[in-house]
This record gives sequence, C-alpha cells and structure tokens, in this order.
Amino acid sequence: MINKTVKNAQEALQGITDGMTLMLGGFGLCGIPENAIQELLRLGVKDLTCISNNAGVDDFGIGLLLQKRQVKKMISSYVGENAEFERQLLSGELEVELTPQGTLAERIRAGGAGIPAFFTPAGYGTEVGEGKESREFNGKMYLMESWLKADFAFVKAWKGDTAGNLIYKGTARNFNPMMATAGKITVAEVEELVPAGELDPNEIHTPGIFVQRIFQGEKYEKRIEQKTVRTV
Amino acid sequence: MSLDKHGIAKRIAQEVENGMYVNLGIGIPTLVANYLPQGIEVVLQSENGLLGMGPFPTEDEVDADLINAGKQTITTLSGSSIFSSADSFGMIRGEHVHLTILGAMEVSERGDIANWKIPGKMVKGMGGAMDLVASAKNIIVAMQHTARDGSSKLLKNCTLPITGLNCVKKIVTDLAVIEVTDKGFKLLERAPGVSVEDIQKATEGHLIVEGEIPEVQL
Repeated sequence: MINKTVKNAQEALQGITDGMTLMLGGFGLCGIPENAIQELLRLGVKDLTCISNNAGVDDFGIGLLLQKRQVKKMISSYVGENAEFERQLLSGELEVELTPQGTLAERIRAGGAGIPAFFTPAGYGTEVGEGKESREFNGKMYLMESWLKADFAFVKAWKGDTAGNLIYKGTARNFNPMMATAGKITVAEVEELVPAGELDPNEIHTPGIFVQRIFQGEKYEKRIEQKTVRTV
Repeated sequence: MSLDKHGIAKRIAQEVENGMYVNLGIGIPTLVANYLPQGIEVVLQSENGLLGMGPFPTEDEVDADLINAGKQTITTLSGSSIFSSADSFGMIRGEHVHLTILGAMEVSERGDIANWKIPGKMVKGMGGAMDLVASAKNIIVAMQHTARDGSSKLLKNCTLPITGLNCVKKIVTDLAVIEVTDKGFKLLERAPGVSVEDIQKATEGHLIVEGEIPEVQL
C-alpha cells in the first residue's frame, strides 16, 4: 500500500506559498484542522484565499489567520461570530464571496468529481444570482454554479491509516469529505493514525486515493462555541 | 394578548405531522422541538450533517464533535445518522426534507423572504437558508409581526436583500397565523385578544379576511 505518512504539520505543509487557494474543513469550530492552522500561522504565508464554511472566531480557527492579516479572500456561507472578520470586511481589507451552504458543499464536491458546473435553485432571484447564468428546468428557475478546487485542502478526521483512508466522528465530518477530494494536495490530520489494514474497509468515509499526506495531530483543543446542557 | 416566542413555537408545532423529516432554523424554530405533539414520530434534520437530533447533552455527555447547525452541543437518538454537508444539502435540495421552519426579517405577500443581510449593518452570511427556502416543499416562518419601531414586517415587497422568492407557505407571528396565497396574506387565526383590526394595522401587504377569524388554540 502506498504510504502517505508524513512526520508532522511542518512536513505536511511543505510547498505552501503566498497567494495560494486553500480549503479548510469544519463547521464552526467543529472538525477544523487545528494543527494545519497553527502551522500556517507559524509559516506566515499571506494573500491566501480560504474556502471554508465559516471563518472561525476571533481567537481560534481561521480567526487566528485573519488576526495576522494572512487572508486576502474568504469563500464561506456564514461568517458571524467573528468581530475582526466583520471589521476587515466593512473596511474593505478583506474580500468575501458569500455562497449558500449547500452550493458551497456541492461546488467543492464538483471540484473533486471533475464536474465544472451544475444548476441549483439556491440563490435564484437574490444577490447570489447576479451575473450568473440561469435556466429553467421543469418550470423552475436554477442558477449555474461552478466548481471549486484548491492548491491545498486541509481536513481533519478522527482515525486514519498510512494509506490515507479516513474515518470521521460525529458532525465533525461536515465539509471534510468533499474538501479531501478537491485539493491538488490534500493534507489529512487525524487523532489516531494506524497502519494500513487496521481500519475496516467497509467503514472508510474518505478513500486514501484523495489524500496525499497524512499525520497524527497533537494537542487538539476542540473548542466548543455554544456549550448547551440539560440537567437531569 | 399577543403570543410570546414559546406561544409561536407551540402554534407551529401543531403543523408538524407524523412521519415528517423537519429542519428547524435558529431562534424560535428551535423551540418548536419542545412542543411537538405527543405520540408522533418526527425526525429533526440539522444541516451540518445529522438526522435524528436529540436533546442537549448532560454535562457528562458533552461531545465537541457533536453539534447542531446553531453550533450548540447536542445528542443523537437511536436511529440517528450522520453524513457530510453535501449529502445533507442533497436531502434538502432533493426535497426529501418535508418541512422547514425558519425565522425572517421580512416576508412579502407573494411569499418572498428576507432574512440574511442588512446592508451596511450585518454581513454574517446566508448559511443554509437560501438552499432551504429554494427547495423545501413546505416553509413556515416564525417571526414578530412588526419591527421595534412598529413598522410592518409583512410587506407588499421586501425591502431587504432577498433570501428566496415565492416560497413561504405559512407565517406564525406574535399576532396571527397567516397563509400565503396567490392573492396575498390570508388571515387564518388571531392571537388571543388580538383583533382583526390590530392585525390589519400591523400588516402592510394585502391581508385577506374571510368570515369569522378564530383565536389561536394552544
């Protein structure tokens, strides 16, 4: 089996340069590639285009990259919860392409699956549709949306093996499986890295073909945005 | 007496039927889960990738890898399933989700909805709202009838950027239950003690009143 293992985040991010387009998995702070983000901060690469459903919070996730002005453009569906983001956006320092969440997921899936464009009803008749081709199918209007690809895709999984096969846990799956397919170089960081053969092939969510580099991450903080509990 | 947010949620809960897959938006819609009719089976979808959303966890059950679309910690139920965002919106776009309940800033008499942006003030993004309103077979909006300054939020035409056209089927506000028809807002029920005149005054769009209008029964 081809071995995709690299030592750590430092090795996994080799080749990354200013101006690149990146995908970063996660929904809010759930399932984000914490180690890759730390390494991006350490490297200080800038003028990045980041494709990610959200932009983190002020002091965690992609919010950390925004604080250091490393991001030129975000492609996201929801960027609340981040005051620095809003400040940079309103002052024009940061460019943002807001995309409906399902459209974003499908654009990434299309990028990985070799489908340059598709039609979706989401956003027809709204600002999102301005300048885009629209077409009627069975009496309903649809917008044409195009694929997204990235120079590097950073995904976070629960378990992975040396062949790059991935298993996600809970709703930390979210955008990670599609992003894994759409990176020229996909870097997977996992909580537990095992030798090929130890994961049941029936249980794999992302087949190793999509993953170029894999490493076991460290010090996962897994911050919770809205801790809500019930009392028994 | 007008309905408070729990009253609005209770009234919307009456619209939920046995066997439905339902997506609840953030805010009042989330409360609907607390008032679902006894004895029916309903599956709640959370668009970040979960079918069968359970209650909030106990302190011991809290799992950072298990949240809903409002980023709150939650639990699964027996029979729950977890999937990617692409699969999740496939369910939504493919009309497999029967009912969407969400909040709005404005609704027009044709059923257009605005709920994602206030130019120059709020730029948080649309999240999954545009996908949901473009595809759901049945959309119920939970909202206040008027803004804080008393201006109507049920309008001839939305003034804020649109989330989706011609999609809202029913609106439950603090004052009334309204069906969106080809001819405008049809008044179905009024909140306890609220008169048809009160509702008329609070509604800028065309309000259709036919016969006696009953009070909401909770």
